[in-house]
Amino acid sequence: MSSRIRSYAAPLARARGLGSAKEGVEHWWLQRLTALALVVLTLWFVWVVVRLSGASHEAALIFVARPLNTVLLILTSVVSFWHAALGLQVVYEDYIGHEGARLAAIIVTKFAAVGLITATVIAVLRIAFGVV
Amino acid sequence: MATHNTSSPPIAGANRPLSPHLQIYRWHLSMVISVLHRATGIALAGGLLLFTWWILALASGPEAYGSLRGFLNSPLGLLLLLGWTWSLFLHLANGIRHLVWDTGAALDLPSVKTGGVIVIAASILLTAAAWAAAFVL
Repeated sequence: MSSRIRSYAAPLARARGLGSAKEGVEHWWLQRLTALALVVLTLWFVWVVVRLSGASHEAALIFVARPLNTVLLILTSVVSFWHAALGLQVVYEDYIGHEGARLAAIIVTKFAAVGLITATVIAVLRIAFGVV
Repeated sequence: MATHNTSSPPIAGANRPLSPHLQIYRWHLSMVISVLHRATGIALAGGLLLFTWWILALASGPEAYGSLRGFLNSPLGLLLLLGWTWSLFLHLANGIRHLVWDTGAALDLPSVKTGGVIVIAASILLTAAAWAAAFVL
């Protein structure tokens, strides 16, 4: 963008880079960033599902407790829920016309995402530390 | 200072023309994949509940894990797993296509058409490969 066009904004507004939406490219950027991470993580996770498809409970516990698998599983959980919450937010914003309902849907989704991230991460850590 | 109507604008509720929506257009591959990308995204968000069940059942013990495996081996469970696998690969393949588009590349019509065919083919082949691997192991 040329500086002539950008000179519309006051210096502070230009530094912030935010328009009237009071929000910048964070949502867009995080959706791409989490997507990039998920290219690797989901391919790994499909392989895990395939590998553990016939495995016993004991064998699955041993697999998850391996340090690299513990780390990758926690990352898969956090990044997947994060990406899903961002994506669902866009769907709500497109289809829910009523502002209150839209906001409620976004809040419920974000709370659910954080809650399920917490539950899954703690469960994986319990397995990793042998509490299970 | 300009007067501004803070209550409802005068045009609200008027019978104004709507822009054309999905049912107006002839379906074509790019449109199908675009719709599928969103639909599979929503489905995969539901799949995360299955993911959560899997991890919590694993941490809960053999009984909980056994009932999850019982469900996943049922016809409905297998159907859900098949749907999950295909949804994931389609969303993944088309997601990579979106990331390529974000760089400004492959936005011309021939590339978009080729990319669409590749995405559909990849989603089916990868799903078949994953299930074949699961049966072999």
